Amino acid sequence: MPTAEAASPEPILLAVEGVTKHFAGVTALSDVSLDIRPGEILGLLGENGAGKSTLLKILSGVMPPSSGRIIFDGADYQPASPQDAKRLGIVTIYQELSLIPTLTVAENIFIGRAPTGPLGLVSWRRMEEDSRAIIARVGLTIDPMTPVSALSVAEQQLVEIARALSLKSRLIIMDEPTSALTETEVQRLLSIMDRLRRDKVAIMFVTHRLEEAAAICDRMTVLRDGRLAGHLDRDNGPIELPAIIEKMVGRAASELYARPAQRAIAGDIRLSVRGLRTVRDPEAPHAIVLDGVDIDLKAGEILGVAGLVGSGRTELARAIFGADRIAAGTITLDGRQIAPASPADAIALGIGLVPEDRKHQAIFAALGILPNFSVASLGHFSNGFGFMAERRERDALAGFRKMLSIRMASAEQAIEGLSGGNQQKVILARWLARDPKVLIVDEPTRGVDVGAKTEVHQILVQLAARGIAVMMISSELPEVLAVSDRIVTMRRGRITGQMQGVEANEEKLMELMALDRQDAKGQAR
Amino acid sequence: MSVAGEQNQRGGINVARLLMSFGPLLFLAALIVVFTVLKPSFMDPINLFNITRQISITGLIALGMTFVILTAGIDLSVGSLLAFCGMVAAVVAKGGTANTLSLSTSGTQGYGWFAALLAAVVVGAAAGGVQGLAITRLKVPPFVVTLGGLTVFRGLTLTISNGGPISGFDASMRWFGTGLIGPVPVPAIIFAVAAILCHIVLRYTRYGRAVYAVGGNAEAARLSGLRVDRILVSVYVIVGFFAGLAAFVLSARLNSSEAVAGIGYELTVISAVVIGGTSLFGGIGSVGGTVVGAALIGVLQNGLQFNNVSSYTQSIVIGLILILAVAFDRWLKSRVRR
Repeated sequence: MPTAEAASPEPILLAVEGVTKHFAGVTALSDVSLDIRPGEILGLLGENGAGKSTLLKILSGVMPPSSGRIIFDGADYQPASPQDAKRLGIVTIYQELSLIPTLTVAENIFIGRAPTGPLGLVSWRRMEEDSRAIIARVGLTIDPMTPVSALSVAEQQLVEIARALSLKSRLIIMDEPTSALTETEVQRLLSIMDRLRRDKVAIMFVTHRLEEAAAICDRMTVLRDGRLAGHLDRDNGPIELPAIIEKMVGRAASELYARPAQRAIAGDIRLSVRGLRTVRDPEAPHAIVLDGVDIDLKAGEILGVAGLVGSGRTELARAIFGADRIAAGTITLDGRQIAPASPADAIALGIGLVPEDRKHQAIFAALGILPNFSVASLGHFSNGFGFMAERRERDALAGFRKMLSIRMASAEQAIEGLSGGNQQKVILARWLARDPKVLIVDEPTRGVDVGAKTEVHQILVQLAARGIAVMMISSELPEVLAVSDRIVTMRRGRITGQMQGVEANEEKLMELMALDRQDAKGQAR
Repeated sequence: MSVAGEQNQRGGINVARLLMSFGPLLFLAALIVVFTVLKPSFMDPINLFNITRQISITGLIALGMTFVILTAGIDLSVGSLLAFCGMVAAVVAKGGTANTLSLSTSGTQGYGWFAALLAAVVVGAAAGGVQGLAITRLKVPPFVVTLGGLTVFRGLTLTISNGGPISGFDASMRWFGTGLIGPVPVPAIIFAVAAILCHIVLRYTRYGRAVYAVGGNAEAARLSGLRVDRILVSVYVIVGFFAGLAAFVLSARLNSSEAVAGIGYELTVISAVVIGGTSLFGGIGSVGGTVVGAALIGVLQNGLQFNNVSSYTQSIVIGLILILAVAFDRWLKSRVRR
């Protein structure tokens, strides 16, 4: 097992040795070993299903390993429960935060151990003062008496980290901590992780975001199919993304984001948006509103819309789709002005939307694959009396199953049982069944395995080749660059620039997406 | 890992899925066996038809309630609405509220059974529609709107009837409550036909698909182009229609429309739907389940009565079974997840 020998004088804090976990005959984790020292950030990477969550559950005391040994701080580590693990000095911070929203920051930090005065009553003053000092360690300057529900996700995360520190935790495990953060918040979190590293705290950083892992981690351990795929060490020079990807997927990265050759584009303008503004919702005054967006989308092209969280990219999609109210501006489809007042209107006009949040906005978790597939084309798959033509429906699904290589057991199978990639393919099939003129896909590969991402990209390219105008919204620049024929960038509800796909690179796009000075210059008016 | 895992999971899902679909049915069969062993005369056709007659009133409303609960809604007003529709039917059948005490069977002053039936279902459906509009337009939760409806419809009933019953319908109307076709009570036949129709609508039509979709995930349904508000209004119209139909049958059976009819029915009806496996969170459930749930409650009540168990104890048993049925359902689901 390669370790960072000699480079660090610190003794190993946590050593996982040959850990295996079986569930009812299934091996979720097989002979995995890794170690981490104080003052070190170890990246734990792997595709969905690689075994990261299983390892996390074992380390955080949710369940014991089937075999293998874990040594923490020189002693055998066998936590009986998550509370036990915390007491021993290992805290895990999950994506779903565990703070109680109705209580204050201070109450959350001191939950179950509030400082008391002489009469055994809670000393609010000491709690407030101590909390202030604790959250200052993670760079938070908010009032500790603020209820947690008033904080942003990023701030809540920092409160959790602060609480972990106040519990004298020596190893903090972070499960996908950046997935819900904006770019600025991510940078702040990374810098706090760096500060903790200097304080000799050990951090295990579990993430999908390779760029962030490469930026902050000293070392990485990569899992694949429940086994150790390898360790990567910064001592041998900076960790390169293609090397990580190769370890994760077991093939060369160049296959992943291979740009398709520049295709001939049909050229007719399908969808044209001019001066689009949306209404400010009085119940959500901080929500992004579109501030005069102009966009043209041609038949047979993929238009990439690149923007950070909060740039208005999703709002643009929803406005075109009739899901949000429009205050001003025009939308023209095939030369005819349209004004969809609801998604049903937009769909009838030939527009489809694969939304950003698959779980909440796209899938019907309790239902089978068949009703999930046909829900947007019930009229098409039924006869004049309103009865479903189930034969036709099944045949159509079978066709798309083949065309999109959807891996599923049967049409009755619950969609929840499919992997993220296959769920997304079912949602794509939902729209393809309508043969749309315009297909808007918002973060099409979010929560999709690296391998299936490529498949989704190929599908989008195929659809464009069939003449569909595809608008792809994404915050993953490599994805935007790989698939788009043309790219527009968005920031604060405006278009900040546009270019041909071949001319674009990550630096150019990031500048247009993230920097204020581009606002005036790049405005595509 | 993944192949072995999927296979294993699939095996687990099949057993649990099977139990989930047939659990209530197995329980019903077990109950029938137990009651028959205790008293073989339980299985007499007369008693069995008695049970079907008993369950048909709440069963009819439960069919409509299945639509509502499938959309993750609830209707607490059905008991009061039943009384209101019954009173409307009586007024139409008798041509007014004046001769409430007359037991005349001539029916010459009234408008006949058909007009009474029509009035009951139209008023029921309209009342459901108004509640549906309040839910979708005013954005008041179904629980609150129909809780209000529960009081409003009872008040309306008492107002038009002046608190008393309206009794004495002609033979043609009474036939719908007391008549037989062969050996089978007419209410049971009405219930059976309605159940089959509801099953067909939910299982084989695009409307049925839309109901499941709206209940499964309203936002996804909207983004898939379904007119979610219209579908929500429609399920309250349906349950109101069935409350009206049940009211007509009940009045015909009792030869009287009572101002206090249907008190507490909403609870029996919701119990039947939930015991039948329909999820209160929407998107999961079936008419078959509801029929079994209604039958289960009917068999339980009848069987306990048959064995001289007091109605007080019956309430306790039915309440406990409701909780156990849902607990069992939860337990099965947690098995499926794992």
